[in-house]
Amino acid sequence: MYSHGSESLMKQAREIQEPELQKFYSRLVKLLQGKELGHETVDSLQRLHLILSATKYTRTLPSELRTRLLSLLSSPVEQLQVLSSAVLREMSPLSGEELNYIQENVGHLNSHTAALLLSKAGTRADLSSVCVQLLRGLDNRPSEAPAHSLMHTLPVLNTILTHSPECLTEDHITLLSKRLVDWLCYASTVQGGGASSGRFFTGPRSRQPVPIAELDGSSVSGNFFTVLCVGQGFTEDQWMNVYSFSMLHHWLLTYHSVSIGNSTVETANRSQLSLSHSFSNDDRSEVDGSLVSMVSATSSSSRLLPPKERLREKAFQYCQRIIEQSDRKAQKKTDTDLQKACLVEAVCILDCVCVEDASLVFRTFPSIKGLFGRLSPDLSFARVLLPIAQFYLNHGEMAAVDCESVWKLVFGQFPAELFNDPFLAHELLRFLRLNLEKFQLGVPQYTHFFPNLLKFLAWDSPAVVDDFVDLLPSLVTPVTAVELLHTLLDLPCLSATLILQLRSTCLPISEQGGRGLLSLDAFRNPSFRGLFLFMLRGEAGSGDTIDRLSTLHDLLAEAADWPRVVHCAQTVPVLLHIYFSTVVMVADEKLLAHLILVMLERSSILLKIPTYVKEIHRVFSCHLLRMCKLWPSLVVDQSHELVEFAGISGNVYSKEELYTHVVWVLGEYLSVSCDSRCSVRLITSCFETLEAVLFEITSSGTPDGTVCPAPRVITTLMSALAKLASRSHDLIPRVSLFLSKLRTVTRSGSVAWCSDEEDLVAIVTRGEELWSLLKAPGVAQSVLTPSHHITTPQWHRDTNVAMPLQLRALTSLTHPQ
Amino acid sequence: MVRCFLIHTVCPISALSAGECRVLYSRVFGPDEAVLSEELQELNPEERRLVQKEKVAVVARQVHSAVTLSREASGRQLVEMVPGEEVLALQDADSGVARLRAGDPFNEEMSVLWLGVQSLGFTLVCEPHENLLLAEGTLRNLTRHCLEHLHMLGPGSEVLLKSSRIDVLLSRLLPHGQLLFLNHRFAQSLEKEVAAYMAK
Repeated sequence: MYSHGSESLMKQAREIQEPELQKFYSRLVKLLQGKELGHETVDSLQRLHLILSATKYTRTLPSELRTRLLSLLSSPVEQLQVLSSAVLREMSPLSGEELNYIQENVGHLNSHTAALLLSKAGTRADLSSVCVQLLRGLDNRPSEAPAHSLMHTLPVLNTILTHSPECLTEDHITLLSKRLVDWLCYASTVQGGGASSGRFFTGPRSRQPVPIAELDGSSVSGNFFTVLCVGQGFTEDQWMNVYSFSMLHHWLLTYHSVSIGNSTVETANRSQLSLSHSFSNDDRSEVDGSLVSMVSATSSSSRLLPPKERLREKAFQYCQRIIEQSDRKAQKKTDTDLQKACLVEAVCILDCVCVEDASLVFRTFPSIKGLFGRLSPDLSFARVLLPIAQFYLNHGEMAAVDCESVWKLVFGQFPAELFNDPFLAHELLRFLRLNLEKFQLGVPQYTHFFPNLLKFLAWDSPAVVDDFVDLLPSLVTPVTAVELLHTLLDLPCLSATLILQLRSTCLPISEQGGRGLLSLDAFRNPSFRGLFLFMLRGEAGSGDTIDRLSTLHDLLAEAADWPRVVHCAQTVPVLLHIYFSTVVMVADEKLLAHLILVMLERSSILLKIPTYVKEIHRVFSCHLLRMCKLWPSLVVDQSHELVEFAGISGNVYSKEELYTHVVWVLGEYLSVSCDSRCSVRLITSCFETLEAVLFEITSSGTPDGTVCPAPRVITTLMSALAKLASRSHDLIPRVSLFLSKLRTVTRSGSVAWCSDEEDLVAIVTRGEELWSLLKAPGVAQSVLTPSHHITTPQWHRDTNVAMPLQLRALTSLTHPQ
Repeated sequence: MVRCFLIHTVCPISALSAGECRVLYSRVFGPDEAVLSEELQELNPEERRLVQKEKVAVVARQVHSAVTLSREASGRQLVEMVPGEEVLALQDADSGVARLRAGDPFNEEMSVLWLGVQSLGFTLVCEPHENLLLAEGTLRNLTRHCLEHLHMLGPGSEVLLKSSRIDVLLSRLLPHGQLLFLNHRFAQSLEKEVAAYMAK
C-alpha cells in the first residue's frame, strides 16, 4: 500500500531545492494566466499542494501566485476551488487585503472558501466576520444561488460554536433557533429532485408530488420529515433537516446551558451535562417567564413560546418521533446502523433538554423506560443503553424510578459479556469517569463490581489503562481493598481466562492441536471449574482469593507468553502504585497490617511471567517502606510474619528486593520508641533469625554453588543486626564477633559468596564502620536508633531549636561579615 | 465535531525504518485551537503551523502503537489484499478507540477512532461528547471510498497526488468536520456527486 515509490515521492517533495521550486512557481503562474485551465494546471496545483504539505516548515509563495490562487476560489470548476483552498490553507495567514478580496469577489461563500477562512482565522473577530457573512447569506439568498448552497452553513456555524460560541450574538441565536425549528419540524413531506428520477416521460401525471416513506416502506402519513425518512430525491429543506439534526445536540449543549461568557465553562458544561437550570438573557423570555412555566407543562400551545423554548419543545418532539421510527424494521443494513446511532443521539438530546427544563422529565420518562425494556435483552444494543443509563442517572431520582435493573445491566452484564468490544469499553468507562461523583453519592455499590470492570483492563490493557488510572482510586475502599489487591495481582490470570473463555466458545470441543491446548483442556475440566469461575466472577464479596491459586497458576503457565497476557502484566505495576498510594489514605492500621501479610504471602504466588514477578516485588518493596514509615508500629504488630519471612534463607536469592526491604524495616522500626509492645525477647528472636541467615549465606558454600547473594542484602543484614544490637546491648558482642571474623576471612583473599572485588570492599568497609560504632554502645544507640525528635525535626515549631535559629539569623543579618 | 482526519502508515513497511510513521493525508477542521487559546499567543504563524503538524504526528504515532499492540494481542495474520478486494479489506480491518488526555496533544480531551487496513491507518479525532456510533460508521464509509477511489490497495501513490479527491469526499460526507445522519438515500445522493467529481 505504501510503496517505495510513494516514499521517494514524499522525499522529493520535502527536499525540493529552492531554484527548482522557483522555476516550478513561475511555470505554474504561466499556466494560471491561460484562459483554459486544463489537466496540466490541475496536476501542477496538486503537486504544489504535495510540496507544501509534505514539510512542516512553511514555504512562501510569490505574491503573484497567491493572487492567482485567490482568484481560483471563485472558479466555477469545483476542482480548482478545492485545490486553491487546500494550497492556501498550507500557507501563512491571509492578509487584510486578501480577506477583503475574498469578501468582495467570492460572492456567495462556497464551502471550500469557508474552510479556508476558518482554517486561517487568527482571532475571534475573524470567526465573527465569517459568521456574519454566512448568516447574511441565510437571511437573504439571491434567487440564482445554486442548489445546496446553504448546506455548508450549519457545519461552518457548528465549527464556530466549537471554538468560540460567543461569536454568535443573541439576535443570531434567535434567528437560528427559529430556522432550526422550521427545518426540523416543517420540512416538506414530499419527494424532491424530480429531475433525478430518471423518467423518460415527464407528463402531468408524473409531476404529482410523491410522498416520502419510512425506512420500512410504509407511508409517513401526517408526521413530519426526519433523517429516518427516505425518498428518491430530496428538497433543500429536507437536506437542512438532516444538517439541523446533525448539529442539534451540540447547539443545545452550547446555548442552552448556563450562559456565561467564559468559553472554558461552556466547554466543561458541554462535556459534563451538569444539572443546571438555564437562565435566558433574552429579555422577552423574562417577560414571558410566567407564561413559559405555564405553557411548558402542556405541549399544545408551543407557538406562544420564545424561540429558545420553542426549539427545545420541537427537539423533544423530533426525538420522540425518532424513537418511534427506530422500532421499524429497516430494509437496508446501513439504515439499521443509522437507527442505532439516531437512538443514541435522540436519548442524549432528550437528556439535555430535560436537564434544562425539568418539567419535561415526566413527559420523557415513559418512552425512555419503554426503550430500556425493549432493548435491554439485546446485547447488540448495548451502546444505545449507555445514554439511557445516563438519563436514568440524571433524572431517575426526580422521577422516583428504580434504577437497580439499569446498574445490574451496565455493571453486571455488559463487562461480563462484552469485554472484548473496544468501543463499548471506551464508552462505558467514560460514562463511569464522567459521573464518578454521582455514582459515589447515589450508587455507591458500583465499587462491588470491580471484578467485572477489571475485565476491560485484562482484555485490552493498552487501550483502557488510561481510564483506569482515573477510576482505580475510587474503587479502593476499606471494604474492597484486600480483594482488590488480590485481583490486581492476578490480572494476567484473568486475561488468560478471558482468552480461554472466548476460545472455548469458538472452538469445538473435539478439536485438538493449536495453541492453548493444555490450558484450554484445564478450562473445560470440571474439577478446575471453580478456579476459573472465581476469576470470572462479576462482583466482589465472595472471598478475597482462592486456596488453590498456585494450581491455577500452574494450569495457566503456558499463557505467560501470550501477547494479551504480557500487555496486561505490564500495566499491573502502574496500577499497584496507584492502589497503594490510595489505600494508605483510606485504610486504618489494621487494614494496612493485613495488606502487609498479603504482600508477603503473594510474593511467591504470582503467575510466572518474565520480569513480572520482579516488578511486583519492586512495587511491594517501595510501598512496604512507605507504609512502615507512616505507621512504624506496623512492624512490631506484624513482627511474627516479617521475621518468619526474613528467616527463610531461600528468599535472599528468589526475592532479593523484597527481602532486603523486609530486613531493613525490621532493623529500623523494631524498637520500643516505635511501639511500646516491643520487648527484649522480640528483639533477640529477630536478631537470632537474621544472624542465622547471615551466617548461612556467608558460609563457604552457596546452596547451588553458582549464585551469590547480592551485596546489598549482606550489608542490609549487617546494618539491621547492628541496629537491633544497639537496642539490646548484650547482643553487641555477638555482632562484633561476626564483624571481626568477616574482616579476617576477607583479608585472606576472595570469598565464595562474593565474586566482585569492589562489592567485597564495600561490604568490608561497612562492617568496619559498624564494628567501630558498636564499640561505644551509647553512641551506637543514638546513631542507629535516633529518637523521634531528631528524625522528624520541626525546626520552626521546636521551642528548643527555633529561638537559637532566629537569633542566629538576625545576628547574621545585622552584622554583615 | 471531528477535529481531524488522518491517513497514515501503521505497521512496519519495507519503505520505512522500524517505528517510523508517515502521514499521507491530514485534514484539520476549523481554526487552529492554539490561536484562540491564551497560552500559545506568542507564537508566530509559522510556529503555529509547525505545532499543528506536530500534533497530527503525535496522533499518528499513538494510533500506530495502538494498532501494533492490538494486532499483536489478537494474533491475527495480515492477509495481503489486492485492488478489487476493498470490501473484504474493510471487513478484515482492525478497529479501536483511544482516549487522548487534555493537553496531550489537543487542548481538550479527545477520542481517537481508528481503522487499520493492512499497512495504513485511517483515523478520526473526535470531541468526546460526539456520537461515536455515528463516527464509527462515518469512518468506515470514508475509508471504503478512499480505498476505492484512490486505489489504495495497490502500490500507486494516488493518495499523495490526488489528495483533492479526499478533500471533496470530506466536503460531502464530513463537511467541516460535521458528522451527518445520512440514511442510504441521502448517502447515495452524496456519493453520486463524489463519483461524478472523481470521474473528471
